[in-house]
Amino acid sequence: MQLIPCPWCGPRNEPEFSYGGEPAVRPIPAESVSDATWSDYLHFRANPKGRARELWCHSAGCGQWFIMERDTATHAIFATLKPGAAA
Amino acid sequence: MTARRLSSGGRIDRSKPLYFSWQGRVLSGFVGDTIASALMANNVRVLGRSFKYHRARGIYGAWVEEPNAIVDVVLGGAHEPNGRATTLSLYDGMAVTGLNAQPSVDFDAYSAIDLFHPLLPSGFYYKTFFPNWHRFEPRIREMAGLGTVRPLANTEAFETRTIACDVLVAGGGPAGLAAALTAAEAGASVILADDRFGFGGSLLWGDEAIDGQPGAVWAAAAVARLAGLGVQLLPSTTVFGAYDHNTFALSERRATAAAGWGGERIWTVRAREAVLAAGAFERPLVFPHNDRPGVMSASAALQYLRQYAVLPGQNIVVVTNNDSAYGVAAALQLAGALVTLTDVRPTAPAVARIAEAAGVAVHLGSVVLNTAGRNGVVCADIGAADATSLRAVQRRVPADVVAVSGGWSPAVHLHSQAGGKLRWDAEQVAFLPLAARPHQHLAGSITGAESLAACLASGHAAGSAAATALGLTATVAPPHADAAQPAAPAQAYWRVPVTSARQWLDLQNDVTVKDVALAARENYASVEHLKRYTTLGMATDQGKTSNVNGLALLAEFTGRDIAQVGTTTFRPPFVPVTLGAIAGMKHGALYAPWRRLPAHSEHVAAGADIREYGGWWRPACYPRAGETAAQAIQREAAAARQSVGLFDGSSLGKIVVEGQDAAAFLNLLFYNELANLKPGKLRYVLLLRETGVVYDDGVVARIAPDRYLLSPSSSHTAGVLALLEAWHQTEYPHLKVAFHDTTGAWATFAVSGPNAREVLAPLTKIDLSAEALPHMAFASGRILGVAGRIARVSFTGERSYEVSVPSGYGASLWTALREAGAAFGITPYGIETLSVLRAEKGYILIGTDTDGMTLPDDLGMSGPLRAKKVDFVGKRSLLTPDALRPDRRQFVGLLPLDPTQVPHVGAHAIEFRDGKRRSRGWITSACHSPALDRSIALGMIERGRELAQQGAEVELFHLGKIMKAKVTSPVFVDPAGEKLHG
Ligand SMILES: [Zn+2]
Repeated sequence: MQLIPCPWCGPRNEPEFSYGGEPAVRPIPAESVSDATWSDYLHFRANPKGRARELWCHSAGCGQWFIMERDTATHAIFATLKPGAAA
Repeated sequence: MTARRLSSGGRIDRSKPLYFSWQGRVLSGFVGDTIASALMANNVRVLGRSFKYHRARGIYGAWVEEPNAIVDVVLGGAHEPNGRATTLSLYDGMAVTGLNAQPSVDFDAYSAIDLFHPLLPSGFYYKTFFPNWHRFEPRIREMAGLGTVRPLANTEAFETRTIACDVLVAGGGPAGLAAALTAAEAGASVILADDRFGFGGSLLWGDEAIDGQPGAVWAAAAVARLAGLGVQLLPSTTVFGAYDHNTFALSERRATAAAGWGGERIWTVRAREAVLAAGAFERPLVFPHNDRPGVMSASAALQYLRQYAVLPGQNIVVVTNNDSAYGVAAALQLAGALVTLTDVRPTAPAVARIAEAAGVAVHLGSVVLNTAGRNGVVCADIGAADATSLRAVQRRVPADVVAVSGGWSPAVHLHSQAGGKLRWDAEQVAFLPLAARPHQHLAGSITGAESLAACLASGHAAGSAAATALGLTATVAPPHADAAQPAAPAQAYWRVPVTSARQWLDLQNDVTVKDVALAARENYASVEHLKRYTTLGMATDQGKTSNVNGLALLAEFTGRDIAQVGTTTFRPPFVPVTLGAIAGMKHGALYAPWRRLPAHSEHVAAGADIREYGGWWRPACYPRAGETAAQAIQREAAAARQSVGLFDGSSLGKIVVEGQDAAAFLNLLFYNELANLKPGKLRYVLLLRETGVVYDDGVVARIAPDRYLLSPSSSHTAGVLALLEAWHQTEYPHLKVAFHDTTGAWATFAVSGPNAREVLAPLTKIDLSAEALPHMAFASGRILGVAGRIARVSFTGERSYEVSVPSGYGASLWTALREAGAAFGITPYGIETLSVLRAEKGYILIGTDTDGMTLPDDLGMSGPLRAKKVDFVGKRSLLTPDALRPDRRQFVGLLPLDPTQVPHVGAHAIEFRDGKRRSRGWITSACHSPALDRSIALGMIERGRELAQQGAEVELFHLGKIMKAKVTSPVFVDPAGEKLHG
């Protein structure tokens, strides 16, 4: 059970959080992008082993989304950032 | 003369006898006994039969490492189906039976299997019975099985607890006690857990002194000091799992008021720092016919003697490759046994003097070459350690116990579970941690410490390091033990080099040296493959005594070093944990929070058949006396069409969306246009995923220019709210809008049917006329004097009013509506009835008629895509070639040609193409329609709308049978909407 530092609430147990995947930039205006670009946005992620930047939500807590930088192999957590904060 | 209870000594209370039964025979023991020690004191030698060969097996160990003594225990209402007799305290009235033998362990009808052992190598069953394994499996499992589970036993006795601490110390032996004292004295909050009944570990049966006191006395004083420092002491508690970020799972065995015995509590502990001090397991030394009852671990023999005052045998042969067994031999000899010790090492270690002084006969460079005896050892053959033949016997000695020590394997399980790496230490002949994991500290045997002095020093160091990591300062001095005799190194000796006889590695799963040789010959060179092919280490003991010997032999047979072979992966749990204990109190009524409707009691009083729907407990229907649910559904549906029905829709979601950008935001989220919705009006909407797939449907009301109310499906309310939040926070944070879920605040009842207006009118001054309140409009006002809202919206196709009042008034409004409707025969209807009514009208149910591929146009809703300019969620996905394919499955109605036959949901519409049968789609809903008095169905069929226009027929296939049906519009009742709008 990971101990995740919510940027608003502080360290809380993993079951309070939900995983939102790697942040993907929504191509806009959507209607003008190619099928391939749209498909990349929908389905393709880097899925790194090691350092990763991910979206998480403190869903059973404050309900806020945030960015977490962590190691997907060791589960070490490097940083959690409020949206818009510099990495 | 074999095992017997001594008249003095041990940690048993001779003034408190206990009576229990073994295989139906009444025996006695004392408070302080385990089942195993009591059986041994009664000279019971055969406790079970091995899995594969059904050979007689006796007690091997004294604690969790026990591979043989697995028993079924019943006491009162509690039941332990696969208990280790070595770890279970004896209670008065326990009924204990052996496993894996028909009819009993003493006479086992399957034991003849052992005669065929040359025919039963590893993989025999799979090789022989494949590919029809499923036919033979039940019989083979019965022959090889463990105990029978009684699912309802002990459910009162389980609970769970979650706690945090500064330092968790796993293991309360000398090293763990030293670590806990050091950390606690420094001011840390400490939890100390040990799986034994009390703390002290090997001090409880050893001879050594600490700080000038006997070890056990020092341990008792240390525990008292820890209690005084506020340390949470958890005896009888096994740390069985290490997880992310220093989370540990503990299983505490406890007597409870509810169960008396058999209770178990699971602790989840988050420790800032952890000390791993779990000790070590003594390995067997492997020799021919080493599985007979009477062959046991040397340290176990000492524990039975010192803990329970049971001398395991009279003529004892000790076999060793290391120093630790000499003290055991001396203790057994001094307790009255006649002991012979064989050491595979050619030169006498310093400790030999202790054994010889006690009168033990010591044979160096020797080993036990063989044992004999039908239901237990009666004699042992001793020969040279390098003998290659069973006939190279130098002396045959009488023996009822052969006590073996093949060296020590530190319990590295928690370290490995936490991701720690291991290294093979050739000098210590053991796997040791390469380095401690972050925020973990190693103490005792796991550091390679062999002497008591070294264990205490490492425990003190670990406790100090934990304190330092917490910003505390350790102040206490380390406990002192006298330096031990200089130790002679253990010899890596893995088995007697005789090939003509079976030598057991894994006693529970009957894995022998030959099986490992066979696996190596067949190229199962990976230790993970070896494990699965031979089942080595896969039994309930998880190879605590067998793994290291097995992989050492795999190394030998494949010509590699042990370090190259490595270990199998250590996974939790360290010992078997009861599944019910993991569930704790989360079962039955406490499994999940109950969500009840405001008028729940009224539904119960009305005879509702209440079931769970997406977390809510809702009436399925209201069967009358003598009526089946199916009959009730038909009656209720007919009543709603003919006069008036009453439905509790309080669980429908009510999410308020407000803010100056509410309209703009909802327009970005929803498929349908919402900015032009006028206040006071409702609109049916779809919410899509970015993939274009329909996620939910519902009705949106515009309360005010900057305020909307969403009604998602009951089971999707939480999901829709989460989706709104996710899009707002991550994609559109600049829009000023906020959401809150008010579902629980309102009771909502649908009054539906031709007489709905007449029923409702007397209860409110709100104008209910079709002109003032047309379909898809709402009005606010007082209902029975309470501020509420009436929405003209219908899921039945009838004239319907959804009346909402604060939930506290729900029960009284329900009662008032029933009274007001009595003259019209108002009929409460449940969710199953609603499902029939909506199917007659062709209204979709999300997740029933739709799936993870359904796009809006598949449901016939293509207008917004053409008309709406906003880049709403999922829009781009609706413009892909796949979304625009003409042969997509489309939502249609189906009328079976035989109106008495209801097709099965999931039945496929089939056709033959290129000689092959293929699916054209499937049935999603089907029922008997009371309005049409015939069967109807809804489905997703390729080019369905085209087929409906043609009035085409399709063939529905289900379980080999074909049913013909005509494709139609999905709207079976009131296609013009006259009833709805009237
Ligand atoms: Zn939070």
